[in-house]
Amino acid sequence: MTAFRQLRLDGVTRRFGDRAALSGLSLTIDRGEFIALLGPSGCGKSTALNCLAGLLPLSAGGIWQDDQRLDTLPPERRGFGMVFQSYALFPHLSVRRNVAFGLQMRRLPRADVRRRTDEAIRLVRLEEHATKLPAQLSGGQQQRVAIARAVVLEPSLVLMDEPLSNLDAKLRLEMRTEIRRLHQSLGLTTVYVTHDQEEALSMADRLVVLREGRVQQVGTPEELHTRPANRHVADFMGYRNLLPLRVTGTHGGLVAVEGPGLTLRGTPAVPLSAGDRVVAAIRPEDLRPGDDGVPVTVEVVEYQGREVAVEARTDQGVPVHVRAVDRPAPGDKITVRADPARVLVFPEEAS
Amino acid sequence: MTPDRPAWRHRLAERGIDRQLLLLLPALLAVLLLFIYPFGYGLGLSFQPDHGGVLGAYRDFFTDAYQRDTIGTTLRLSLPAALLNVMASVPIAYRMRGRFRGKRTLTIVLVVPITLGTVLTAEGLLNFLGPTGWFNRTLMAAGLTDTPLRLTNNYWGVFLSLVITGFPFAFLLILSYLSGIDPTLERAAATLGAGWWPRFHRITLPLLAPGLATTFCLTFVLAFSVFPSAVLVGDPAGATRVISIAAYHAAYETYDYPLASAIAVVMGAVELAVVAAVLGLRSLFYTGSTGGKG
Repeated sequence: MTAFRQLRLDGVTRRFGDRAALSGLSLTIDRGEFIALLGPSGCGKSTALNCLAGLLPLSAGGIWQDDQRLDTLPPERRGFGMVFQSYALFPHLSVRRNVAFGLQMRRLPRADVRRRTDEAIRLVRLEEHATKLPAQLSGGQQQRVAIARAVVLEPSLVLMDEPLSNLDAKLRLEMRTEIRRLHQSLGLTTVYVTHDQEEALSMADRLVVLREGRVQQVGTPEELHTRPANRHVADFMGYRNLLPLRVTGTHGGLVAVEGPGLTLRGTPAVPLSAGDRVVAAIRPEDLRPGDDGVPVTVEVVEYQGREVAVEARTDQGVPVHVRAVDRPAPGDKITVRADPARVLVFPEEAS
Repeated sequence: MTPDRPAWRHRLAERGIDRQLLLLLPALLAVLLLFIYPFGYGLGLSFQPDHGGVLGAYRDFFTDAYQRDTIGTTLRLSLPAALLNVMASVPIAYRMRGRFRGKRTLTIVLVVPITLGTVLTAEGLLNFLGPTGWFNRTLMAAGLTDTPLRLTNNYWGVFLSLVITGFPFAFLLILSYLSGIDPTLERAAATLGAGWWPRFHRITLPLLAPGLATTFCLTFVLAFSVFPSAVLVGDPAGATRVISIAAYHAAYETYDYPLASAIAVVMGAVELAVVAAVLGLRSLFYTGSTGGKG
């Protein structure tokens, strides 16, 4: 294992023709960190991962492991492990030989290969399946083989490209814990690509939110969850209500915002003044039925266990997402309100 | 019929009978009339020679060295030609499996010989490789040789003709087998520390092997029934007296239909033997899914 202190991405850029799939990604990853690259499809997160792995050459920028420049090395000489979205298990090799492949490529003595392969297979609890071919395994088992194959080399960095997206919901939750457990027990450094904000928030030490190839925000899960840097990050972090409004006044730390048929108070993300066009971002769970709020008409009610998710419209037809404990009926008129501390007000960007 | 009884078609479907397959009947009938019947007729004919009993025609063929050796002659041409076609196609198709500018043009250039036909190819070969062709004139002008190399009207003429006409088939087949292999597998192998050669021979080649076997069989069968080029650019009385020439002689020069039929049956048997041997080898390889979208 090549122990390193820091992995540094310095303005990593990748263009496809005229289009920049990734522009100027700079990031320092400490040893042992779990980093999630998060964003909608086409945001450049997989491009970033492939650039790190060496499967895509950079158009500009550099990747450094301490003082060693990595971006000029081919993938086979970087010593990173990678788990692919499709798992990419070798279909003609048994589980054991899939896991042993990387060790054999390093020309380790046969006994070492055997011992470390056995260990890795035990780690992902596939001892009984060691002689099977990948096609004979379930999706979750194939996933575990892919992970064992990547970590058996004790790589300095493990790259994971949406590894859970092909699994069903229950298995996804289990594997999430499993991956985090492996990360901790093996002391790995992990870069994990996902479009699922819940997955990223629950697993990562730090998140990097990308949009159209550009970094929107880097921070801990708490930072991103409570203080998204702009409306796009907010959108991605579960603020489903994004209401286009206008500032009418400022009161201390709060701003009053107004739009057709609704008036709110919220917390500005940047200093704002009266007349600014803004977007107010509110999570559905922060918008509750209550007296003295915005009048809305209930349209759709979805049962979600403890609560119900309600989609309603203001009198002017603006849709809002609300959480409620009591179940209203479609067509009911209710009023909803939000704590001003939980209403984030972002300036509207010229798009 | 009672109303809660499932529909007739539904009940047939449950027994695995699809009525629409009946539409195949006319085509099957045509195959029966145009292929199975003549084949059976020829097979029967081969057992009814003028003399020597049921196996007389076969005995004639195998006891006459001039006839018997056509098997070896044909195999000596078709096996190396098929092997070369497959082996030359692999690296070219391997380089061409990805996307790159000009792929379509290059593919057309490689595949165009399919459209030429044997006669045109033979004519081209005679013009290009003949004793006074460009190839020999260039060699002599460059002082590399004093007497023209003999590359036509012998083994090499036919061999080259088989390569020119057989290569596009092999190349197209192998290209499609290769694009059926998930490219992520090689990328995965690369991240596991495998350079290009281990990636090729440990991942791609084993997954491609069944396709290579099938391709070899098809190009071999094409090459084994060589006839026009063996006459036009070969030495049809000697070094390239292939088995189809022997059958042609028997049928249309000595009018010995039983012998001609027997030779045709022997031809089929040899082809089957080679194909069976290759497919036997093929079954030793992994033949399941290769993960791609091919």
